Amino acid sequence: MDAVFLARLQFGFIAGFHFLFPPTTLGLSLIVFILETLYVRTKNEAYKRLSAYLVKVLGTVFVMGVATGISLEFAFGNNWAAYSRTVGDIFGAPLAAEAVFSFFLESVFLGILVFGRDRVKPKTYRLSAFLVFFGAHLSGLWIIIANSWMQTPAGFRLEGGRAVLTDFFAAAFNPSTVVRYVHTLLAGWLTGALVAMAVAAWLMLKGRSATAAAALMRVSLAVFAAAAILQLGSGHAHSMQVTKTQPEKMAAFEAQWKTMNGAPFTVFGIPDEANERTLLAVRIPKMLSLLVHFDPNGRVLGLEAFPRDERPPVFLPFAGYHLMILFGLLFILMAAWGLWLQARGKLAASRGFLRVLILAVPLPYLANELGWIAAEVGRQPWAVYKVLRTSDAASAVVPAGNIIFSLALFTLIYALIAAAGLAIILRTVRGGPDGGPSEAGKGAA
Amino acid sequence: MGAGTFLQNAWFLLIGVLLAGYAVLDGLDLGIGVLFPFLAKTDEDKRTLVGAVGPVWDGNEVWLLAGGGALFAAFPMAYATIFSGFYLALMLVLFSLILRAVSLEFRAHDPAHRRLWEAAFVAGSFVPALLFGVALGNVVGGVPLDARGEFAGSFFTLLRPLPLAFGILGLCAFLLHGSAFAALKCEGGLRDRALKAAGALAGATAAAFLLSFAAVLAYLPSAAGSVPAWVFSALVWLSLALFFFAAKKGRDRQAVVLSSAIFLGLWGLVGAIHYPNLVRASDPALSLTIANASSSPLTLKVMLIIALAGMPVVVGYTIFAYRVFKGKVRPGPDGY
Repeated sequence: MDAVFLARLQFGFIAGFHFLFPPTTLGLSLIVFILETLYVRTKNEAYKRLSAYLVKVLGTVFVMGVATGISLEFAFGNNWAAYSRTVGDIFGAPLAAEAVFSFFLESVFLGILVFGRDRVKPKTYRLSAFLVFFGAHLSGLWIIIANSWMQTPAGFRLEGGRAVLTDFFAAAFNPSTVVRYVHTLLAGWLTGALVAMAVAAWLMLKGRSATAAAALMRVSLAVFAAAAILQLGSGHAHSMQVTKTQPEKMAAFEAQWKTMNGAPFTVFGIPDEANERTLLAVRIPKMLSLLVHFDPNGRVLGLEAFPRDERPPVFLPFAGYHLMILFGLLFILMAAWGLWLQARGKLAASRGFLRVLILAVPLPYLANELGWIAAEVGRQPWAVYKVLRTSDAASAVVPAGNIIFSLALFTLIYALIAAAGLAIILRTVRGGPDGGPSEAGKGAA
Repeated sequence: MGAGTFLQNAWFLLIGVLLAGYAVLDGLDLGIGVLFPFLAKTDEDKRTLVGAVGPVWDGNEVWLLAGGGALFAAFPMAYATIFSGFYLALMLVLFSLILRAVSLEFRAHDPAHRRLWEAAFVAGSFVPALLFGVALGNVVGGVPLDARGEFAGSFFTLLRPLPLAFGILGLCAFLLHGSAFAALKCEGGLRDRALKAAGALAGATAAAFLLSFAAVLAYLPSAAGSVPAWVFSALVWLSLALFFFAAKKGRDRQAVVLSSAIFLGLWGLVGAIHYPNLVRASDPALSLTIANASSSPLTLKVMLIIALAGMPVVVGYTIFAYRVFKGKVRPGPDGY
């Protein structure tokens, strides 16, 4: 098999697997910090126990994120040596900065969160919770800077085939960084908040720790609702940015084959790339133009406007983008349903809603992965948009056989980690915030 | 071969500092990981050892990510050559680090498979502790590179005498360091065993150092002319001798300081005989050096600002965290 294809498959697998964990960390670290703040303010022990309960989950998720994140630091050199040589002058810096400013902060203070509850004062503990939250969010910024530079590179010039930095801030805050950062953070908040809501829902269904469950639901529902609404705006802003800076990617998202004024929004369809048409299409006239240009007759470039060898594949970006939007809308409905039940004081008794929350846990993960697939497949055929083709980015000296070997081992090890990690998280959740005798003690890991 | 600009020299030094910081800090838990089955006799011993490294291993390991990230940012040509050229060896390191990273957390919470996760902790510590030295021995001792700076050997090219000697030396030094840290953090029989191991490991490290020394003189005769190399060698010998007596007398804190000094001496020695190379090529004209493998001056400058702004803060809160967890570890009722 083709070594470039295998390298892409391996990178997609390890990055996609890793991307299960950081969004959870973003959301859960926010909720833990809120709970610790409430504890310091009110001295109510219930908040402390809840926080300790979630810190155990956070500890497991975080460790899995660390374990699977190392692979990515290696991967650019392992599998993408040509990429590293060509754009390392710019791309390496955010990765190094992420370690210096964020990884140390998160790791050291997570150690205190997990092991140090009895060794530091409550305010120091809350500060540690804040620093884990802050470190995780700063880490996200650096990695989004690196990834956004691949989408909308800026602040560099080409010198002898290599990209050379000319303006650090222009490269860091390239045209897509800020909106993609906000979009990713909100996705993380949605993910962590829904996990926390599902935990609260499970406690309510089992009739356990009623006060704590209600407090957890209140906090996480508030985060979830706020993030769901804000995500609508950020997703829209992101789509407008893509239309402006990577029009062929938007054309792929929407399976927009022809350039037209007053382009419709395709609600459903099956893109048929060979014949450049969309089967079973359900369209809202002029809606796409209205959404991305605030003008029903605005001009939207179709795929036909781009040379064939610069067009992204259509099916995956189209499907990923549309399903992500569908899930995003579902989250808004779920938030509204929850807030309505809560306002009427009926949330804890609404078994249907509580069950929906638990069943919905996979959805934000799917939405995250689908959005990421849409973004990265939509970037093809470029590794760095209009600078370096993916086909020219792989390591020249790594034979396909080596990648098959490593990919097989990644699959085995990640399957083992996923199974064990999920079992441990479920066990922790079943222990409840008030703990059985076996769960007493200082805390996790 | 030019000696490089100020920024290129600064980054050679800084990456050395980050990797030495990694060896000194993560060496504590890599060493304990490998010694784990030999030191722990009871379940309580295991909990104590795991408790000693649990709160700190993750922060320690970030030094490797920082060093690797810095290599990528400052010398992308060397990063690309090493990571693609040593593909299979680094995959083994990577898989070990992945399993090791989850092993302690999973060990505590997955009692049904405790033995599996303990094995992952031990093996996941052993493989990197051995292969880091082998990898370093290769870039220092020289590997075949082509005119584009790409690695032109195979997996077995990496297993020559000098790299293997470095691998054994690295492993011994990690074990030595871990045994001293175990003595510092533990009490009773566990501490006695750690001190006894420390004494024996001092001898093993001395032998491994002689072996590496001989290999360097045999394969890199020009190294004999480097005055700093002799000074750092003397530092290693002195620290090793003092370590031996500290271990004999049970001065555990002193032993940890001395085993850290051994790492600093070893890194100084490597820097002295390797400078200004990053990856020495079998044909010296093709070597990747700080002058021909670096990023642009602007990137090096921005990165230097980031490192100088960030690292003092990191050192500050790392010291804070070690103080929070200082003292002997007392195994809790349910894990830590």
